[in-house]
Amino acid sequence: MAYHNIIFTLNGEAEAVVVPSHMTLLQMLREEMVMTGTKNGCAAGECGACTVLLNGEPVNSCLVLAVECDGQELVTVEGLAHDSQLDPLQQALVEAGGVQCGFCTPGVLISARALLDRNPHPTEADVRAALVGNLCRCTGYVRIVDGVLAAAERA
Amino acid sequence: METTEKTPDLIGQSVDRLDVHEKVTGAAVFTDDLQFGRKLLHARIKRSPHPHALIKSIDISRALALPGVKAIVTGEDFPEHIGLYLKDKHIFARERVRFVGEPVAGVAAITEELAEQAVELIDVEYQLLEPVFDPEFGASPEAPLIHPDLENYEVPNFIFPQAGTNIANHFKIRKGDTERTWERCAAIVERKFHIPHIQHVPIEPHVAIAKVEQTGKVTLWAASQSPFAQRNLIAKTLGISQSDMRVIAPLVGGGFGCKAGVTMEAMPVAIATKVPGYPVKLRLTREEEFYTNFVRQGLVIKIKVGCDADGKLLAMENTMYWDGGASTEYGVNITRAGGYSSTGPYDIPNVKTDSLCVYTNHPIGGAYRGFGMSELHTAVDQCMDELAETIGMDKVAFHKLNCVRGGDILVTGMTLHPVGLEECIDKVAKAIDWGQKPPASAPNKRRGKGIALAWKAPAMPPNAGSSAWIELNEDGTATLGIGGQEIGQGTFTAVAQIAAATLGVPYESIRIAGPLDTQYSPYEWQTVASRLTWSMGNAVRAAASDTRRQILETVADAWDEDVANLDIVNGVVISYKSEEEQPLKEMVIYGLPNEDFTEWTGGPIVGRGMFMPTYVTGLDAETGQGDRAVVHYTVGAQAFDIEIDIETGKIEILKGVAAFDVGKAINPELVKAQIEGGFVQGLSSAVFEEIQLKEGVMQNPSFVDYRIATSADTPREIESIIVEVPQDDGPWGARGVGEHPMIPAVAALANAIYDAVGVRMEGPPFSAEKIYLAMLDAGIVS
Repeated sequence: MAYHNIIFTLNGEAEAVVVPSHMTLLQMLREEMVMTGTKNGCAAGECGACTVLLNGEPVNSCLVLAVECDGQELVTVEGLAHDSQLDPLQQALVEAGGVQCGFCTPGVLISARALLDRNPHPTEADVRAALVGNLCRCTGYVRIVDGVLAAAERA
Repeated sequence: METTEKTPDLIGQSVDRLDVHEKVTGAAVFTDDLQFGRKLLHARIKRSPHPHALIKSIDISRALALPGVKAIVTGEDFPEHIGLYLKDKHIFARERVRFVGEPVAGVAAITEELAEQAVELIDVEYQLLEPVFDPEFGASPEAPLIHPDLENYEVPNFIFPQAGTNIANHFKIRKGDTERTWERCAAIVERKFHIPHIQHVPIEPHVAIAKVEQTGKVTLWAASQSPFAQRNLIAKTLGISQSDMRVIAPLVGGGFGCKAGVTMEAMPVAIATKVPGYPVKLRLTREEEFYTNFVRQGLVIKIKVGCDADGKLLAMENTMYWDGGASTEYGVNITRAGGYSSTGPYDIPNVKTDSLCVYTNHPIGGAYRGFGMSELHTAVDQCMDELAETIGMDKVAFHKLNCVRGGDILVTGMTLHPVGLEECIDKVAKAIDWGQKPPASAPNKRRGKGIALAWKAPAMPPNAGSSAWIELNEDGTATLGIGGQEIGQGTFTAVAQIAAATLGVPYESIRIAGPLDTQYSPYEWQTVASRLTWSMGNAVRAAASDTRRQILETVADAWDEDVANLDIVNGVVISYKSEEEQPLKEMVIYGLPNEDFTEWTGGPIVGRGMFMPTYVTGLDAETGQGDRAVVHYTVGAQAFDIEIDIETGKIEILKGVAAFDVGKAINPELVKAQIEGGFVQGLSSAVFEEIQLKEGVMQNPSFVDYRIATSADTPREIESIIVEVPQDDGPWGARGVGEHPMIPAVAALANAIYDAVGVRMEGPPFSAEKIYLAMLDAGIVS
């Protein structure tokens, strides 16, 4: 088994990790770095619970190899809040009641962050389309969509 | 309880969820997030590829020889049965396999890949047996027996297995005389429906880690709705004492019933007994999640229902063949619930019901959100819709004429407590503009509206209990110990409100003692049946009252005052007489000195409380009649306004409305969130979901092939309406609503489809294709 030294930026901090070739980004985050905010719901790129930002783009981290992240920039749910202040999206999701069991929440927040970064004033249809890869079984999405729209309005 | 006293401000206030900040920041800990270090072993399971076969031999020698494999277990190692109601299951199959995916052997290895390789090296020789896939045939004398030992299984006295058959429970209602009533009916509807198997699909797959110490003590960490039931059942099966087993249950990433009872959790424990000192972890893959654990069982249901010329319901016959699967350890109680609620929330004087729980060689049916009720109502409420039309009545008027009301003698002979079902119907009808049908938005569209009702009682043993404790901290906050689980429904928040309101402290002062841990958390039967707000809520309220009493007695003693003059407001004890004040801070740990500091009174405060219903009676085995079948019913109504594109069969939901009588909403926004979430889960089951089984093999075990509703599929507008007719023994009148919003969805949508295009289908999912083909058959399109 081949191992690789990789360096990357995670939530604004430089990191250096040794990873085997076949390790996924999700495994590296959860198992090597014990950054467990990113969730594993299917390991097949279908549920979106493991969504992270790779150079600003939302990706299913279960479908990305860790070695691909060498020299790249990563943001996970743990990197959304700054200086103990919630990201406006996190705050809006709290206020809208868009969280129930919370297992899909990290992926939802990352996909929504990516949406607002590229389109600060999305329509409801834009929000629904941006979240279509993030499965949620609890909320029925109503309050999640409300929360993202509220965050956009405030920005 | 004391429903006449003033309701505290905090009860009925929509405070933010207690767990929400940790959940939006990624700090919330789920079971898979726990760390066990380098000695962690990974388990994988050898599963049966056959629906029904005898195990001739199992050869583990090649697998054991693989370096890195630490233990392999089979059914030979664990002879005892396990099961919540009917003990018909083994942790690993013994002698016979009964469904595709049944565990045959378990492997622990130093990596998951090695464990998987070892599983491939286990050789199992089978002798195939004739399988049973149709529950109606399975119930017949011609069907091959799946559990020849049925008569020897341990079972509680309210379940009636039929020895020598595949019928694991036969629940009967014989009320009045249906046979003689049909001739008095002006209209009769007779229908048969097939309700497919579906899956719970929590986004968090099942995961459990077990460790056995050299002393024999066992610890299990599990994504669990039922830590106490798991401790009890697994300990019994392994032959150890309950108190030598500890279950630790972090937050659950969605349950919906699939993490209740005992399923895969017993396997890592069993494997761990062979490797003392090593933690052993089993995490189901998404594919395993779909069919190797609990599914919602299928149902074949035949209904005949009739009314008089005025539309008053006179009689119903209801025969249900539940596809219980390979084990019905939990499923027997689902079929019992389907039986005692078999009329739906309708007042019908003559009823004959046969609810049959039938073994098949399909995946194991378990509890799923409102178990039995979605399936039952899918049939009953479509028949009611049709009957109203047949007799020429407006459907809302028909529902209001026939719906259950407080004081009615129900199908089991129980007298119904006050409920606001008529109010729910009125409010839903108004919100959906019932009776008005604006034109469709395009020439190829047809517009329709549909309504359906729902009822459900907590389905549980008669004496399922709850307990709670509260201890105070130096800073005046209170730590609340409970055994009920946070699975997303918001129970931690609701009971924190109940504790704070009772004690007299701010909501923010309540801490939940978590994660749940059977070593110190107080007993709770299970987090199921929409029972926590009511049952655990009562226990928490009692614990907070006990805590409050101790605090006030301490202060009264120190101040030489009467307790009756004292109160706790916002975390401060006040005297209405002397106007003295004493913050809870410090005194709740250190007590209070007397005036000259020569003596102390009080000390660390710990309050306790419990609740257990004591009044549920048995039902007669032949008639299903008894004084009080259940603790209570939660009722509601739901309606859809839809359009169907007749060129494609595709449904567009214009609006959805639901109203439920929750007795008292402790946190109205959390109640509405449950109504919305259940609405969409029900809608998803109505249009997308079906476990496609072919010769016992699931054809679509992935999110690509088993679609659930996404953000793009849900209606723009869902109106949630709360009705509050208090429950006499609920905290401030509250009763549960977690499961109910899913129940009427399929029937309400089916009725709207019928209203739009005039077709009815044998069962969901109502895919565009199925609707189009039904329209084609009916000659509506060509």
